[in-house]
Amino acid sequence: MSAATSAYVFLPRIRRVPSPPTPQLAAEIAALKDFEYAAAATVEEAVSLLAARGDSARVLAGGTDILVQLREGLRSVDLLVDIKKIPELTVLEYSPETGLKLGAATPCYRIYGDERLRTAYAALCDATRIIGGWQVQSRASVGGNLCNSSPAADSIPALIVHSATCQIAGPSGVRELPVEEFCTGPGRNALERGEFLVSLTFPPPLPRSGSHYLRHIPRNEMDIAVAGAGAWLALDESGRIAAARVALSAVAPTPKFAAEASEYLVGKAPTEEVFREAGELAKKVASPITDMRGPAEYRIHLAGVLVRRALTKAAERAQSGY
Amino acid sequence: MATIDQPRSETAGKQYKVLGTRPIRHDGADKVTGRAIYTNDMQLTGMLHGRILRSPHAHARIKSIDTSAAEALPGVLAVCTGADFPDVKDKIAELGEGAVNLAHLSANVMAHDKVLYKGHAVAAVAAKSPHIAEEALKLIRVEYEVLPHVLWVLDAMKDDAPLLHDNVYTEELGGKQSDKPSNIAKHLHFEQGNVEEGFAQADIVIEREFKTATVHQGYIEPHVSVALWNQDNRLTIWTATQGSFTARQQTAEVLQIPVSNVTVVPCEIGGGFGGKISIYLEPVAAILSRKSGRPVKIVMSRAEVFEGTGPTPATFIRVKLGATRDGKLVAAQAYLAYEAGGFPGGVIGPGCMCVFSCYDIPNAVVDGYDVCVNKPKTQAYRAPGATQAAFACETVIDEIAEKLGIDPIEFRLKNAAKEGTRRVDGPVYPRVGFIETLEAARNSDHYQSELTGPYRGRGVASGFWFNVGLKSAASASVNPDGTVTLVEGSTDIGGTRTTVAMQLAETLGIAAEDVIPRVEDTDGVGYTDVTGGSRVTYATGLAAYHCGLDIIAQMKERAAILWDCEPDQVEFADGTFTGPGQSATFKELARRLLETGGGIVGRASVDGGGATNGFGTHIVDVEVDPETGKVTILRYTAVQDAGKAVHPSYVEGQMQGGAVQGIGWALNEEYYYDADGRMRNASMLDYRMPTAYDLPNIETIIVEVPNPKHPYGVRGVGETPIVPPPAAIANAIYRAVGVRMRELPMQPHKVWKAINSQE
Repeated sequence: MSAATSAYVFLPRIRRVPSPPTPQLAAEIAALKDFEYAAAATVEEAVSLLAARGDSARVLAGGTDILVQLREGLRSVDLLVDIKKIPELTVLEYSPETGLKLGAATPCYRIYGDERLRTAYAALCDATRIIGGWQVQSRASVGGNLCNSSPAADSIPALIVHSATCQIAGPSGVRELPVEEFCTGPGRNALERGEFLVSLTFPPPLPRSGSHYLRHIPRNEMDIAVAGAGAWLALDESGRIAAARVALSAVAPTPKFAAEASEYLVGKAPTEEVFREAGELAKKVASPITDMRGPAEYRIHLAGVLVRRALTKAAERAQSGY
Repeated sequence: MATIDQPRSETAGKQYKVLGTRPIRHDGADKVTGRAIYTNDMQLTGMLHGRILRSPHAHARIKSIDTSAAEALPGVLAVCTGADFPDVKDKIAELGEGAVNLAHLSANVMAHDKVLYKGHAVAAVAAKSPHIAEEALKLIRVEYEVLPHVLWVLDAMKDDAPLLHDNVYTEELGGKQSDKPSNIAKHLHFEQGNVEEGFAQADIVIEREFKTATVHQGYIEPHVSVALWNQDNRLTIWTATQGSFTARQQTAEVLQIPVSNVTVVPCEIGGGFGGKISIYLEPVAAILSRKSGRPVKIVMSRAEVFEGTGPTPATFIRVKLGATRDGKLVAAQAYLAYEAGGFPGGVIGPGCMCVFSCYDIPNAVVDGYDVCVNKPKTQAYRAPGATQAAFACETVIDEIAEKLGIDPIEFRLKNAAKEGTRRVDGPVYPRVGFIETLEAARNSDHYQSELTGPYRGRGVASGFWFNVGLKSAASASVNPDGTVTLVEGSTDIGGTRTTVAMQLAETLGIAAEDVIPRVEDTDGVGYTDVTGGSRVTYATGLAAYHCGLDIIAQMKERAAILWDCEPDQVEFADGTFTGPGQSATFKELARRLLETGGGIVGRASVDGGGATNGFGTHIVDVEVDPETGKVTILRYTAVQDAGKAVHPSYVEGQMQGGAVQGIGWALNEEYYYDADGRMRNASMLDYRMPTAYDLPNIETIIVEVPNPKHPYGVRGVGETPIVPPPAAIANAIYRAVGVRMRELPMQPHKVWKAINSQE
């Protein structure tokens, strides 16, 4: 199947202008190197297109990363495979009994806009609400954020603390992977040739549970995390912590699950003292670099502060039934 | 928003009909409907798209450039390199807000034998599409000999620093030159009184060192130029520029062609702030057009704007101040080292003149150094050089006031520059309004309000900037319906079409809406200097005023014809001509011009020398997160002397815009370089200018102390408001968390570190 056409046709800005485009728009768009575009109708079709082209093909969902990378010359591809026309890629199915199934191309706004998810997966809602502005949130997907595999990705700590599982389709069928094992390095992940992320599944929410994701950015919006922290916890009937998960972003080559901090919390009372100690333990998984976003020592320090703040808010939410 | 009138001169208290009102801007409809013509809107038949190849190295010798493969690519119609540029001798051209050595300008536009910063233009291609041009750039082979680079002013001043130019020597006072080549292009020295004696009288002496970062003007519209070199050797350039005549002069000199062969058409401009005075793309597009025989458009990307155009410099400043116990400044000393960028001629001059310009200090000495480093050639940026200097001086002023236990505004009032104060570089102030801005700040609701809560603090700082005068021309023709078409040459970056038109309307006694202002190209209007130096509302306004007087004189002659009397029997007041037993409004008389000899054209060309000075004082409340070091601005008030606020909304807009840019310098903006001398944050995402989320409403208080040298009392207002913010915020941070920040920007991690080292 070769549904390939020129790159000119699919760019959303072109769709909005009368045909033919103004010379200026045409000129601007011509600055992008030509590539082929194919919209897959089924998972199998996407797999075969990707398997055939290997590294020269990339998946297109919302396009908020890949199109920018292509335009700025950071990446070069011969084929973009649009997966968002495959029905199961944009599902959002939730029930309190079975949990959440999220198609990999489901845009952010559908997540934080869904009242049912507000308390059940609060950290995920927090994260999707701060990825870009609302224009970006209308296109960008959590699956795309995960597959872009930036160490600073806002949604990944939320996925980790919500214990999400990846469903990955490939030439030999579908496999599953815990989300914390998905990223393998900056911009790198566990996807093999011909594979792509189909969906993410989340266990149903526990009673008396709450979660939060927050990041530190020098500005108040439109910025990349200097450090980010996600926290989820469930309280037992006596109000002590029955289960907890803590994760960090932007402080290591990949977003990190902070196992020791998470385990430490179990059985403790949700106090500031305990959360501070969990923050100290979480710092152990931080191995940041010094770059334009901040020095390493500062990022490690932030990891502790943010984990404490994330846990405090998660506990408040667990207690208040937010 | 408050306006405080301080009637203290002969022009004060004058009642105006138009000045001080807030009419809808003349260019408003075009802008809100998207119909305003910016340079990138220009589409000419057969137009080619140019792209520029830029140096990946911070410092390298160009050994060879092979463009043959690029030229052979189908769709490529012209390629140019430094070899296509004529040799230009060392010659200084005045650009209004600074001067430029034309040989350096030429080598900055296109590297000749050396690249001096990452992003320095090396070659250019014109092709049928930007995509082909982009591909062609990849086919150009440049062989570099990479040289050691130097990125920080103090490193560049060392004897063993990598040398950028082997023909640049240190120019000392009195024209003396250093024996050997140096990165230090100039040493300035200003002195008054006797500093040693001054410091001996002082009860308190504080000396501190400061660093500021390289920051960019950040205008939204990237540089863009379209050139058409016609077969008759006439060159037309459509471009985003702050000065069409300046662009014409620079382009003609760099290309070694007569200025009269060049027409520069200034299109609508999407911000400049000083950064669109120097030329970059104009001669490159012109050469590509000459070689291809086609019009050529070149548009910069945002990264090219950051890396290839002129930011304002990083600096090192040491300030020492001495005061008596009762709070009188008695001595001051400053050492300022400013980066010039890849070529000499930075903004050290105004830095030296402004460092102590707010105060009456009897004994002072200032030394300044203009230093080449491997960064883009610095350019003017809103009060060029003054913000850095004020950050240093105003922080030390705050510290002295605090140690003496004097309120920071009272301390400034005790030492404020006033009429008769001699600035350290020589000039004696005429009537200025600094004291009045301080009084207005002190009496403001903001300053009088109480600030409570932990980790919160209030800071104050003042600032100064010149208003240059310079040359402006204008002409105006009276239409039969009584409206007047005004033709001026000042490109409008701050609402000046309206503020100039309002001054003509006031002079003629007609409504602002009855003047139709147009900014014409270099063939359509008399010589007009650059839009910069806070000069247009002052100087082009002066031209419009004289233009109005010329029209009135001619109209009186027409009235005399109609009324059969002598012209000197006709009086003009409040928009009405009165003769013996007769009278006619401006509009009534305008209707009868064609029957009395034809249309009337008024004209004026002025040299507005002797413009005055603008002072401002800012107040800011901040809250600091002690765990992250992040600073949140809670409240901000800017106070400024506008002379006469012609259009108060624009004055407020300038005060707010300047404050916002200053807040950007204070908190986050900087060029972040890696060890190889490459800027790593050349995007709007990572450069981090403030967004609307980062700012409170900027409250404004306009003080009006009329400028005695302007018929309507106008002072320029555009630049002063960027000067106080970094110091005001640093002083507020100190009051909030007890740490003195002496390095810009004051990002969260630096504030956190300062708080941590204190504990």
